[in-house]
Amino acid sequence: MLKDNEKVGAVMVVGSGIAGIQASLDLANSGMKVYLVENGISIGGVMAQLDKTFPTNDCSACILSPKLVEVGRHPNVEIKTRRTVESVEGEPGKFKIKLTSAPRYVNLNKCTGCGDCANVCPVSVPAGFNGNLSERKAIYRHFPQAIPSGFAIDKLGTSPCKSNCPTHISVQGYVALIGQGKFKEALKLIKQDNPFPIVCGRVCNHPCETACMRGKVDEAIDIMHLKQFVADLDLNADTRYLPEKKESKGKKVAVVGAGPSGLTCAYYLAIEGYDVEVFESLPVAGGWLAVGIPEYRLPKKVLKAEIKVIEDLGVKIHLNTRIGKDISFDKLKADFNAIFIGCGTMKSSKLNIPGEDMQGVIHGVDYLMKINLGEKISLGDKVAVIGGGNVAMDAVRTAVRTGSKEVFILYRRTRAEMPAAPEEIEEAIEEGVEMKFLVAPKRVVGKDGKVSGIECTRMELGEPDASGRRRPIEIKGSEFIVECDAILPAIGQEADLSFITKESGVSINKWNNVDFDKVTYATNIAGIFTGGDVATGPQTVVKAVFAGKEAAKSINRYLLGEDIKLGREKDWTKDLADKADVSQFAKVPREKYPLMKPEDRKTNFKEVGLGFDEAQAVAEAQRCLNCGICSECYQCVDACIAKAIDHDMTVEEETIEVGAVIASPGFETFDARLRGEFGYGIYKNVVTALQFERILSASGPFFGHVQRISDGKEPKKVAFIQCVGSRDVSCDNSWCSSVCCMYATKEAIIAKEHAKGLEPTIFYMDIRAHGKDFDRFVNRAKGEYGIRYIRSMPSVIKELQQTNNLLIKYVNQDGTLNEEEFDMVVLSVGLMPPKEAKQLAANMGIELEEHGFCKTSLENPVQTSRPGVFVCGAFGGPKDIPETVMEASAAAACAEGLLAAKRGTMITPVDNPEEKDMRGTGVRTGVFVCHCGINIGGVVDVPAVRDYAATLPTVVYTADNLFTCSQDTAVKMAEVIKEKDLTRVVVASCSPRTHEGLFQENCEKAGLNRYLFEMANIRDQNSWVHMHEPEAATEKAKDLLRMAVAKAQYLKPLKPGQLSVNHQALIIGGGLAGMTAALSLADQGFASFIVEKDDRLGGNYNHLYKTLEGLDTRAHLKGLLDKIYKNPLITVLTSAHIEKIEGFIGNYKTTVKVKEGEKVFEHGVVIVAAGAYENKTREYLYGQNAAVKTQRELETLIYEKDPKLASVKNVVMIQCVGSRDNERPYCSRYCCSEAVKNALELKAADPSRDITIIYRDIRTFAFKEDYYKKARELNIKFISYEEDRKPEVVSSGDKVEVKVFDPILNEQVSLPADIVALSIGVVPNPENAAIGQMLKVPTNQDGFFLEAHVKLRPVDFQTDGVFMCGMAHSPKFSDETITQANAAVSRAVMVLCLDFKINCPYSAIQVNVAEGCAEVNTVLCKGCGVCTASCRMNAADLNGFNNEEVLAQIFNLN
Amino acid sequence: MAESLANKGWEPKFVAIVCNWCTYAGADLAGISRIQYPPNVRIIRVPCTGRINPFYIVKALQSGADGVLVSG
Repeated sequence: MLKDNEKVGAVMVVGSGIAGIQASLDLANSGMKVYLVENGISIGGVMAQLDKTFPTNDCSACILSPKLVEVGRHPNVEIKTRRTVESVEGEPGKFKIKLTSAPRYVNLNKCTGCGDCANVCPVSVPAGFNGNLSERKAIYRHFPQAIPSGFAIDKLGTSPCKSNCPTHISVQGYVALIGQGKFKEALKLIKQDNPFPIVCGRVCNHPCETACMRGKVDEAIDIMHLKQFVADLDLNADTRYLPEKKESKGKKVAVVGAGPSGLTCAYYLAIEGYDVEVFESLPVAGGWLAVGIPEYRLPKKVLKAEIKVIEDLGVKIHLNTRIGKDISFDKLKADFNAIFIGCGTMKSSKLNIPGEDMQGVIHGVDYLMKINLGEKISLGDKVAVIGGGNVAMDAVRTAVRTGSKEVFILYRRTRAEMPAAPEEIEEAIEEGVEMKFLVAPKRVVGKDGKVSGIECTRMELGEPDASGRRRPIEIKGSEFIVECDAILPAIGQEADLSFITKESGVSINKWNNVDFDKVTYATNIAGIFTGGDVATGPQTVVKAVFAGKEAAKSINRYLLGEDIKLGREKDWTKDLADKADVSQFAKVPREKYPLMKPEDRKTNFKEVGLGFDEAQAVAEAQRCLNCGICSECYQCVDACIAKAIDHDMTVEEETIEVGAVIASPGFETFDARLRGEFGYGIYKNVVTALQFERILSASGPFFGHVQRISDGKEPKKVAFIQCVGSRDVSCDNSWCSSVCCMYATKEAIIAKEHAKGLEPTIFYMDIRAHGKDFDRFVNRAKGEYGIRYIRSMPSVIKELQQTNNLLIKYVNQDGTLNEEEFDMVVLSVGLMPPKEAKQLAANMGIELEEHGFCKTSLENPVQTSRPGVFVCGAFGGPKDIPETVMEASAAAACAEGLLAAKRGTMITPVDNPEEKDMRGTGVRTGVFVCHCGINIGGVVDVPAVRDYAATLPTVVYTADNLFTCSQDTAVKMAEVIKEKDLTRVVVASCSPRTHEGLFQENCEKAGLNRYLFEMANIRDQNSWVHMHEPEAATEKAKDLLRMAVAKAQYLKPLKPGQLSVNHQALIIGGGLAGMTAALSLADQGFASFIVEKDDRLGGNYNHLYKTLEGLDTRAHLKGLLDKIYKNPLITVLTSAHIEKIEGFIGNYKTTVKVKEGEKVFEHGVVIVAAGAYENKTREYLYGQNAAVKTQRELETLIYEKDPKLASVKNVVMIQCVGSRDNERPYCSRYCCSEAVKNALELKAADPSRDITIIYRDIRTFAFKEDYYKKARELNIKFISYEEDRKPEVVSSGDKVEVKVFDPILNEQVSLPADIVALSIGVVPNPENAAIGQMLKVPTNQDGFFLEAHVKLRPVDFQTDGVFMCGMAHSPKFSDETITQANAAVSRAVMVLCLDFKINCPYSAIQVNVAEGCAEVNTVLCKGCGVCTASCRMNAADLNGFNNEEVLAQIFNLN
Repeated sequence: MAESLANKGWEPKFVAIVCNWCTYAGADLAGISRIQYPPNVRIIRVPCTGRINPFYIVKALQSGADGVLVSG
């Protein structure tokens, strides 16, 4: 055990659904530092997706949003999104937690959440938040009110096309942009990485297409020709893209060779602001592109256009200038600051066979160069081209075009090994070229020094060589002669490096290439760089481009004096987005790229490819699968004015020290596809309940309109199928998901409210409405809304082809088969442990239970198997929102119990300067008008509004800001307040609901009272809603600002009221709830008084022996009593009665009557744990026949081992006695489980016993279902009955007989019984009303206490300072009581830990009899202002919204 | 002030006095969702519609408002 002073006053909460949020708020409000860790991009969990909540039908987002904002702005809570817990080391009180963070690619400190980025993002993917029923962009947030409000980018990795492209262009990016019709943007994106798209759109070997994921579905995207399509924009002066040049750096760079690598290098250096000169020995620029590649593939004029862009950037190209001849290399070195050598390989390799020098042998490279430079060469009729690469193809196809009749290829391997592009080979064959494979030249045959043929041998393929291709092996003796007039060997090229002098020191390797560094392209001599074919030997254009680009980066760094290598090595084969399942994608054929017909093109040099038209390009681009999600098109970077986007963010690790951990990762819903018979994922109109929730939501995909997916029509008949993936051993989910019956009922009701004619039907096994007021809700659904409930599990759903309606087959209870048609089916999918549960549990060192949920302690349901690590919410088992919230508070209380000594040690201190003295200053208003990027400024004329503000009375200072909420503006605002001596600040920007607090803090930091601040909402309520009316919006902005300035002059500095807080608690009731609460308070160091009206503590817990799950409650109770009586902080008063409670939060005085007389206590809070009672019944012969007992009596007989039980053979149990009827229309929650518990015990003691449980619905929710299942397996019988057909108990001697209608047998049965056990329900404590009156807190119509909010404040009262727990709230299990008691303590401690309380409840106005007037207790006032409107004498007023202030706005309307 | 608008013909001007917790939040949500509506309304925020004194409405009408919306 750690000593208190070694502990850490911080808690990490893992998972940020409502459980994590509540736990964080409780902790943070009690002086703990909280790290709220979330693996998603925002907090809120599943609750944020829900439309409404049962049973009150509150809007889920509406009740959640304030919590999101509160936790988001809480100074003691640090929200960490996209984090994963890697390990938890240490012991309770001090853990070291290692987290990794996945990059968000958006800097949350800068992002303003304006959404401009999403508007320009070209990638749409299904929106998971909307159940995939709508689309979102790759940069997104889940919903508008999300916290953090900033956006995030999803990247699955680098798309394979980008990774495989040698220049790593964002291929997916420009394809996506083309798909959106954003051609200019696409061109710009390409040119960031490649200045030769016109060339690479035509003659690239496009490795991107080889890697394309679409290729796994059908055929790869035609990426090259898409590039050609946008690149051709450069052909037209109007659409040409000329990048912006940076300021001149005044340094000179020489480039040797105007080929692709040299010109690329020149291009990027020119952009960087260098003076670049290119020296080219040939009379044209372009290198091999100009003199190697034939016109029909790459027309000279398009190449020129592309090079023109480079020249227009200021690059000087000196043609016909050979280095080493016209200018010496050493002179270059002297005249320029850096040199790039990119002179290519223009010399052809020799065949090295006899006769190679004969007339008629002309090397492919030389041949193509001559033709390209305009020479006319006649080869004769028969031409042999030797080689299988692109040069060979170019040569052979050029030969066709220069009139040779019979042109063929000789290649020593087969077509499969040919390095030429497949389409080149294809097009050559189309043009009549013959390919002779497995043939190698041996000797040129000729006459008179002139070629007449070539002797070849046949080859066969052997083992693969270094290139991975199979090595050709000569077949001995297979020589033959092929006749021909000319031979064009095209087998390779070499560099001519004669110009590089020895003195220069540049190292040249044995392959006659310049030596270079593979990352920086630097040679061994500083300042001299190289790249392209001259460095690597003959390669592709695109590789040369990459080399030029990288060398340019190096030269720039070299000339800036920076490290040229730092951080540049990158493994592009890692983190590929190639793991996605592509099986779901439909096949879409590749657009056919249009070519000129072979007969039309054979005779000339016109370009063969005709280019895509716009429609084709867009259609082809839209075939892209978006496999990387984000396409890295960088449109968002340009669109973001706040400069928040950073695509280079990487995975990071951090270690955080905390004292305790709370795990609240929530749940996920069952994958309905696993129940194939329901057709989910195949039939469009079958949706999950969560999808239906989104359909119902006003912010959902259909704005709340109930509609079918197949045709968008409003459905009439909707079927809900319960228990999909719950109570189902076939999919290994034996548990009950606890919430589905209720959410289905809710969805049915809401759907019917949205579409009046709707006819919902719910197919169920048992309706489990076991929570507070749940049965009433179901009764309303049946009665008021006419929702049909059918007790049956449908066996199969079939879709009707014409209508897409769904035919449901189901069996009635009596065994008859039914078929019914529905328009839509909703599957009530169950709750599963989160996917990451296993990994998370392993990393956190906690155990999971058999179903994969978190294993918890029987004595404390929020305690995991590891001390110091707590759990709350659905991770510990399926549960609803209030149970989750209670657990969250309970977990917080347990964590605080551990760390109480360190409370307040790690929180953010508030340190504001003293408020300035404003006496005599008068009203001096400063106005700040915000552009909010372009959110306001794009619509409203902000400078005009600012100027207008200067004309208003009291205004002494005006300014406009790009972002008023940014950190630098905050600093500036504080300075201005001081400098200009401002006494009022008005900001015209967004909504006060989100930003008022922030600006008020700025004021405080400058010594201005925070209440002297006012806002004009000119964004949310102006520029955003009048986007197309800039003039009117500007006028409105002026109006709103004038009203705000007018109001501001009347604002007064306010001081919050303060009252000291007593740190003790009163606990009313000494049952399990009260005892647990007292101990939990004591753990945190707070004293309490338990007032119990019985003569002993324990309440109902005294009657319990064991829980269904097996906790020995007797031993547990004994332990509790021991601890309580030993604890000096707990005072117990038994046989005590509360006489009087006076006071209010923080300051109560209570008078208690005990045997010895009266006692008076002072305390700060009250915990109501008054409990409830077992009902008294006269039904079913209870009290008249000894064989009829209550379950509690039966439990006593069982555990006290009463000998009377030995002879008991037949037992009948009757459920819902006195529950769920007209008098008490609520479920007592625990009776079903108690019956199952006793039945199992009886059966275990004597398996021959015949036990029958007569029930209405078996409500063994969550894991209790396993015991129900076990009971059925042990042959305990279950017979259901309806309320209007109750069983009957008839005496027959000392035994009884139970008569009941069995709906399965469809007849009345008679059951003899030695014992009839009645499950009689719970009734509230009759004193609740009296207690309620003393505390001014309400009870509900059943007599249980009414919480402040059914969902989110389940243990609070509307009256601050009063809390409840246990059965005072509603019937519940003992473990739930323990949780609720801890929860109440957590809430109470938020008050008790304060020295002063500053804001309080109603009943704030009291009559001061002495003065004869009403008085407002400023501490109690909530500030609603109702009194002001109702006071006839106008005596009451309200700070911040007083008459003057509101009227000032009204008077300034015009 | 509104001459530029006046030239285009008469446009009514409404005042909406709304509760901070529901209607004002709703008006913000309309903005976040970019729902477009005519720019003829000026919203005044109060902590609760209970705070609205009836004479606010009268004064607003007197001050030239063509209509008053109370929502909460």
